[in-house]
Amino acid sequence: MSHFIDRRLNGKNKSAVNRQRFLKRYKTQLKRAVADAVDKRSITDMDSGEKVGIPSRDISEPVFHHGKGGVRDMVHPGNKQFESGDRIRRPEGGQGGGSGQGRASKDGQGEDEFVFELSREEFMDLLFQDLELPNLVRNQLIGTTEFKTVRAGYSTQGAPTNIDVVRSLKGAVARRTALGAPSRARIRELEEEVARLLADGIPETDPHIGELRAEIDRLKTRIAALPFIDTFDLRYQSFVKLPEPTSQAVMLCIMDVSGSMDQERKNLAKRFFILLYLFLKRNYDRIEVVFIRHHTIAQEVDEEDFFYSRETGGTVVSSALNLAYEVVKERYDPSVWNIYTAQASDGDNWDSDSSLCRDLLIEKLMPLMRYYAYVEITPRQHQSLWYAYEEVMAAHPHFAMQEIGGAEDIYPVFRELFKRQTA
Amino acid sequence: MSTRLITDSSEWSFPLLERFDRELGRLAHEVYGLDTYANQIEVISSEQMIDAYSSVGLPIYYHHWSFGKQFVATEQTYRRGQMGLAYEIVINSDPCIAYLMEENSLPMQALVIAHACYGHNSFFKGNYLFRTWTSADAIIDYLVFARKYIAQCEERYGHDEVELLLDSCHALMNHGVDRYKRPSPLSMAEEQRRQRERADYIQSQINDLWRTLPPAAEHDASQSEARWPEEPQENILYFIEKNAPLLEPWQREIVRIVRRIGQYFYPQRQTQVMNEGWATYWHYTLMNHLYDDGLVSDGFMIEFLQSHTGVVFQPPFDAPYYSGINPYALGFAMMRDIRRICESPTDEDRYWFPDIAGGDWIKVLDFAMRNFKDESFIAQFLSPNLMREFRLFAITDDDLEEHLEVKAIHEESGYRALRQALAEQYNLGTREPNIQVYNVDRRGDRSLTLRHFAHQRRPLGDSVPEMLRHIRRLWGFTVRLETVDDRGRVELIGEV
Repeated sequence: MSHFIDRRLNGKNKSAVNRQRFLKRYKTQLKRAVADAVDKRSITDMDSGEKVGIPSRDISEPVFHHGKGGVRDMVHPGNKQFESGDRIRRPEGGQGGGSGQGRASKDGQGEDEFVFELSREEFMDLLFQDLELPNLVRNQLIGTTEFKTVRAGYSTQGAPTNIDVVRSLKGAVARRTALGAPSRARIRELEEEVARLLADGIPETDPHIGELRAEIDRLKTRIAALPFIDTFDLRYQSFVKLPEPTSQAVMLCIMDVSGSMDQERKNLAKRFFILLYLFLKRNYDRIEVVFIRHHTIAQEVDEEDFFYSRETGGTVVSSALNLAYEVVKERYDPSVWNIYTAQASDGDNWDSDSSLCRDLLIEKLMPLMRYYAYVEITPRQHQSLWYAYEEVMAAHPHFAMQEIGGAEDIYPVFRELFKRQTA
Repeated sequence: MSTRLITDSSEWSFPLLERFDRELGRLAHEVYGLDTYANQIEVISSEQMIDAYSSVGLPIYYHHWSFGKQFVATEQTYRRGQMGLAYEIVINSDPCIAYLMEENSLPMQALVIAHACYGHNSFFKGNYLFRTWTSADAIIDYLVFARKYIAQCEERYGHDEVELLLDSCHALMNHGVDRYKRPSPLSMAEEQRRQRERADYIQSQINDLWRTLPPAAEHDASQSEARWPEEPQENILYFIEKNAPLLEPWQREIVRIVRRIGQYFYPQRQTQVMNEGWATYWHYTLMNHLYDDGLVSDGFMIEFLQSHTGVVFQPPFDAPYYSGINPYALGFAMMRDIRRICESPTDEDRYWFPDIAGGDWIKVLDFAMRNFKDESFIAQFLSPNLMREFRLFAITDDDLEEHLEVKAIHEESGYRALRQALAEQYNLGTREPNIQVYNVDRRGDRSLTLRHFAHQRRPLGDSVPEMLRHIRRLWGFTVRLETVDDRGRVELIGEV
């Protein structure tokens, strides 16, 4: 009468589609929430999911319902002291709403915000949506070419693991049909003859009929002897390797860690680079990142040192640019690599160094670059470096510069620098 | 006695579940005469339970963002431990599908089987509302049809288009029921066959309806005064499906799908107290019977009783976690009370319930289950004894008065008024605003006028502008909402 079914092993993500539709519908609100969240995050905590809130009124599903007012009768349990005809002061906030008011948010949430958790994936998706590295070119290269295995029909030879059972058996059926056909045709003829002879009144014992029957049996044995499957029938799935063009890119991150960058500004710069780093890691499998930090001298460091160690000193920006140039010359051939640079600084520089930087960039570095992004973290007047860089920008359209005033600017500036350029 | 025990363990296994189901089924059918659909009992994980939650418990449903929102909300609160999941979900279908959560212990599973597979199940099969308004044997097929059809529409006309339409239909889902007419039964094959015919037919009708009429000169006063529809229509979705001028055939079909699914849920909204009370009463009775027969141990019973008392607890009105009358508590108490009136009536019971006092309780309960909904059930069976037990009191909140007034309490002079007030509280007609299609200006701007008939001066909530936008999206022309007060005065409250 009752029938038990164990459904536990069935998929559990029946609602995944609905969840995705929900996120898609409120993408604008979610993006805003994500942008806010990024501002508030600590440096170490950029890379995780996030609790976001959407204003409830945006996502409410309206129905006709009664509002406050009018006459309402309500029945409640647990009477202690009331007598019929008693008059009671109205409770605060009109909360004596009673039955019709049973619509207090059943999700146990407040009325104002619908709060829920985005997974890390969803968070990152929203964070880096519509961003890309500008001017990325696919380089086809000998030596570093990637191969991709693709199907290429069927072959008669191959490894046993690649046998295509369906194809092979189809072949076997065809072979058996073809090889058996003459015998079957002959059997039909002989049987017709036997039937004709019997109809003509010739007895079953007649030797001619015996001969005919023997022939039929011989042919049947022959059909039965056809092998069910033959090595001839075997078909193998065939695969070939095709060379795949790949894009290789390197990102040079240059950060000023001199004394003039106070702790707050260093943090801003770091946040910018962490965002960049997450973006690259997430969207590009094959990308190398070079970290260069500088004060009066530049140093190539690893990720850990770049983000988390402290330095002080004066500022000579050209030292970093020189080092970047050397690194590129030595390791990243521009005909093979897409080269990008992101630089963050407070704009302070050794007086006569700025023009040096300008020349370095215009003549040596920029021709090698696909894109160069400079962010200046300063609430003050621009100094010589900014003006020098403006000249670079005039000379090279793939040089971009932006200014960051505080934490709230980082994400918008980042988006601005790496937004997808419509072709 | 201990030899008769089914098990000592509180871990469930499939053989044990089957054993319990057999025992409970035997009691339900043979001893208590419950009539049920066949059961299909599915064991699912908590994640799957959250999935089921987000599609209102239905095993198959079309896709819509609002289910995703529900899912996200449920998942969130569950993960933070703010809310436990329901122990069970049961679906009014034939066979009756019930979900058991794998995390539950054996006593809980037994409770759920008794509650859902014999309690709710027999209610679905017996109650007149369910018999009239739902087609248990066809609902799953219909849902399959609906899901496929909507997926096709999404492919053909785009997700966004379909989503907007569904949003508007969902908003009106509660206004898509004919309250007084038996709906035609559901059948997937029939639906599919008719759907094409219907599409062509309706479209031709609509065009006819809106055909350009003779020039205005022939208009006379009486013509422009005639209202259409002649009678106000309470089934707004049905009216839109049949008469909205601009909807495409596929859009009409989707309106129809939402309307029919809304109709499927209509009886549930009217029988909360009865349905839960009935199921709770039977799990309580069946489990106690198992215990009396020595089939389950004391420990088993203690665990069962702990959940049971949690379910039927009614906090008093001044408790911080009070949120209205608990339908489980009220329903369960009323069912027990009816049995008490039958088995050991007092003089008071004999005076109030001369028909059933001293009767056969199984027959009386069966009669009550089959022929009532919450409103009439309370009006008929709420006894003075129970009103005293719950210490019920009725309050009138008139926004013109400065004070609330206690209208009646659990005393001789108050019983009738109290019972009346409580029954009224479960009257769907009072609980939801009464809004009807009043007029369509067929000869003019094709505008649609809805009328809200205010009851006891209760106004509509703040969702009116948004709702009107939804209706306008479906209707395609100006939509107006008027409210009519108790004295018949008409006031325009919104126009889009």
